[in-house]
Amino acid sequence: MTARIRIAAFAAAALTLAATGASAADDTIKIGELNSYKAIPAFLEPYSKGMELAVEEVNAAGGVLGKPLEVIARDDGATPGDAVRAADELVAREGVDVLAGTFLSNIGLAVSEYAKRRKVFFLASEPLSDKLTWENGNRYTFRLRPSTYMQVAMLMDAVEQSGAKRWALVYPNYEYGTSAAETFKELLKERVPDAEIVSEQAPPLRKIDAGAVVQAIADSNPDGIFNVLFAGDLAQFVREGQTRGLFDETAVVSLLTGEPEYLDPLGADTPTGWAVTGYPWYGIETSAHDAFLVAYRDKFDTYPRLGSVVGYSTIKALAAGIEKAGSTDTEALIKAFEGLQVETPFGEISFRPVDHQSTLGAYVGSLDLVDGKGRMVDFRYVAGDEVLPDDETVRKLRPAD
Amino acid sequence: MTLDGLLFQALNGLAQASTLFMVAAGLSLVFGVTRIVNLAHGSFMMLGLYAAWSFATAIGGVLGFWGGLVASALAIALLGAVIEILVLRRLYRAPELFQLLSTFAVLLVLNDAALAIWGPEDLLGPRAPGLTGAVTILGRRFPSYDLFLIAVGPVVLLGLHLLVTKSRFGRLIRAATEDREMVAALGVNQALLFTAVFALAAGLAGFAGAVQLPRQPATLTLDLDVIADAFVVTVVGGMGSLPGAFLAAILIAEIKALCIGIGRIELFGMAVNVSKFTLVAEFVVMAVVLVIRPYGLLGAPPAPVRAPGEPEAPLRPASLPLRAAALVVVAALAMLPVAAADAPYALVLGTDILIAVLFAASLHFIMGPAGLHSFGHAAYFGLGAYASAIAVTKLGLGMGPAMFLAPVAGGLGAVLFGWFCVRLSGVYLAMLTLAFAQIVWSILYQWEDVTGGSNGLFGVWPAAPFDSRAGTYLLALAVTVGGLLCLRAVVFSPFGYAMRAGRDSPLRAEAIGIDVVRIHWFAFILAGAAAGLAGALFAFAKGSVSPEIASIAKSVDGLAMVLLGGIQSLAGPIVGATAFTWLADTVSRLTDYWRAALGGILLVIVLFLPGGIMGGMAALSRFKPRRAR
Repeated sequence: MTARIRIAAFAAAALTLAATGASAADDTIKIGELNSYKAIPAFLEPYSKGMELAVEEVNAAGGVLGKPLEVIARDDGATPGDAVRAADELVAREGVDVLAGTFLSNIGLAVSEYAKRRKVFFLASEPLSDKLTWENGNRYTFRLRPSTYMQVAMLMDAVEQSGAKRWALVYPNYEYGTSAAETFKELLKERVPDAEIVSEQAPPLRKIDAGAVVQAIADSNPDGIFNVLFAGDLAQFVREGQTRGLFDETAVVSLLTGEPEYLDPLGADTPTGWAVTGYPWYGIETSAHDAFLVAYRDKFDTYPRLGSVVGYSTIKALAAGIEKAGSTDTEALIKAFEGLQVETPFGEISFRPVDHQSTLGAYVGSLDLVDGKGRMVDFRYVAGDEVLPDDETVRKLRPAD
Repeated sequence: MTLDGLLFQALNGLAQASTLFMVAAGLSLVFGVTRIVNLAHGSFMMLGLYAAWSFATAIGGVLGFWGGLVASALAIALLGAVIEILVLRRLYRAPELFQLLSTFAVLLVLNDAALAIWGPEDLLGPRAPGLTGAVTILGRRFPSYDLFLIAVGPVVLLGLHLLVTKSRFGRLIRAATEDREMVAALGVNQALLFTAVFALAAGLAGFAGAVQLPRQPATLTLDLDVIADAFVVTVVGGMGSLPGAFLAAILIAEIKALCIGIGRIELFGMAVNVSKFTLVAEFVVMAVVLVIRPYGLLGAPPAPVRAPGEPEAPLRPASLPLRAAALVVVAALAMLPVAAADAPYALVLGTDILIAVLFAASLHFIMGPAGLHSFGHAAYFGLGAYASAIAVTKLGLGMGPAMFLAPVAGGLGAVLFGWFCVRLSGVYLAMLTLAFAQIVWSILYQWEDVTGGSNGLFGVWPAAPFDSRAGTYLLALAVTVGGLLCLRAVVFSPFGYAMRAGRDSPLRAEAIGIDVVRIHWFAFILAGAAAGLAGALFAFAKGSVSPEIASIAKSVDGLAMVLLGGIQSLAGPIVGATAFTWLADTVSRLTDYWRAALGGILLVIVLFLPGGIMGGMAALSRFKPRRAR
């Protein structure tokens, strides 16, 4: 090794670093979007289609504040460290006006922390963790999708109606799963005081040993099962459960399973009679959803998934918020978003001033098999404000700004 | 739980063990014959599952499913042969680590190939025609397909055993495992033998994947999941021992099934959910086995390899011009905040690069001069980062004490784990470091109250004046340069010479009174402390920590950085970490297939620049003067 080489290597590194700056043009409103596109494609491909449709609609109607919207998307590498760097790149190099996106809870929380630090407006679209708006909430962060707590609370009517008293819990072993299970236990105690938890299974995420898990649950003789598994883990759990007759005489209440992202891959295996939250795009008959469905199908020649609705509504919310604020100034945006009303395919929603959570809800129904495909039937829309705790309770959970 | 229930869970465990065994058996065979640790072996299992899905859905019916199982195995065997001929055949004389890097590159390329062919969604195959139902055993329903799986494992074991003990091919395999130079000297066509063994192993893995079709969806993360499990099984059983692999597969599958079967219990008045232990069960088993039996349950010490590549040139202290040059570079880097005032992202990326440099240098410190190949170095990085984060968020300490605690935490972790690790060597050492890292990771991942669980901890920002981008960058620069100088000083101290002596010739080193194990243990502790310091920088630069920073993927990143730069040069990790971080940042913005691109770059380096970037440059500079003469 020689001195020359070392200098060359360092100089090359320093030069590339110095050359990576670019000035931001001011003729568009820039939305910096980051998400785990590569890691969670099933949800995020429809999501980015939804965004694309909304951007097109907003710009066709004259843009926001007279300027067109522009989305600059980045992959966050599915790790918080890379996500924070990507966020910093969007803010520092691309000069974006707001940050939006994220799917995984740990990334949503890390970017929210970044937003607080650098005083940037952040609309978290997907992450479900309750901490994002409560324990770790901050004034720069708003969240669109209903949280874990809300999703569980939506299902408690079905839990009560099932009449089951001996409950088995199965959830992926990470924060989303454990906090869903904790919320379930808490709400179960309130709603069905004489119910008991007879078994609890927490298989590692994406590595479930389904046969053993199903058997352990069956051996505890439950009459109700609360499921938080999704994606591949869910498919394996369902298949093993059917082969081994676990669901024959047991009521099952299941989070997110009615979302097309998770329901469609089950196909003919779809378990009937499960009470689920989800998105029955094929059966919603409201003018707001019809317009969205037609536009989406015309543009992409496929049906929307829940991710499409979330992506679409994220852009619509940002457009409405920036318009209301009259500028992209962070403080003005925060003020505008508190109480902001937005039209979405699920109807009008608002962002709550107390915890920055939107009142976007979800559909609750039961699963059925129609022509070899999983479908939600007997569903109803549960708006977010129906299940969110009151302001007093939330203030205790959330740190003061 | 009842005794019936326990027995039934044992049956579940057996069904799970078959696939595990078949993957591990192939890994073990390849290692035995070629001494290559094939990281891409899990990819064969994944591709086998994808291929079986394609056959079953395209052709359908009995032929599509059962015929597809066989066809998938054959297709993957062919793929294995092609990869052996194109890549590995060129590398049998290269140092172990380059073989490792090349199989890692193959893994990256195959993963993106699967993404391009089958798309990103999980694909669950149909149920097996003829075996869709269940049989009643002990009053419970047991899937009939699982009975088939339980039978497959022992049948394959028996088949392999007969092949290895009774056939000429098997005798050659055994001979090559014992002493491959001798086999070559006796005129056996080694290239053909290696290709055949590799194809056999790939085919086994492909078949293992294919039989999972009705039980498990094909996903793109399978390759890494499976390779980790397969390594554990192979190492626990003893590298190269087929019955050992079978025993280990059953042991691990049974322990997991048992944990699931027990579920939630009351222990000392506390509710404990034992099913959560499945997250890390196999790694705990591996750590325990390796501590008690350093070569696995049925393994033997590996036969020495007589031609381990060119010996390394001794390290020389830097010359005066070199020192001056380094000083200029550091000064230039210190001026970056001024030079890049209009490009704040340069500072952001620069900070990440500096952190990566310190991390890679700390890994290189034990891999290069000490010759201890660690697969779990991220553990110490994670311990340091979490120590800082906990100090700031939970204990309310300032940044200074928090920064001080990080190397202490990393070092203490290394004191404990290193004591066991430095007693092993080669693959066993690497696997024990991996096991400890996974145990650390799983504690960080699950200890909600202290570590924030899977979300991690938030709100770890540096104090003024380091809270701006420039401040954070300069802090990282100062700490990294300081850390590098310390590590370098140690390498050239008497301790450093003892460390290298222990690597190059443990016997002679012992004979002149160097306590090699103790010296390497100290080196391990120093490296752990330096990695912990890098972790603290990470925590303060990102404002948050989460368990990914102690994961296998992070350890593998560190390995890739060190190998990319070149292991035989002290500047290697600096250049490697810089190149790796910069490439990952740039290439991932340009293409969806950046992993394949990275894999391609790594392959080019391994095949054409076997000394890494710095080795390549050194070769160039050696080459020029000779021409001038």
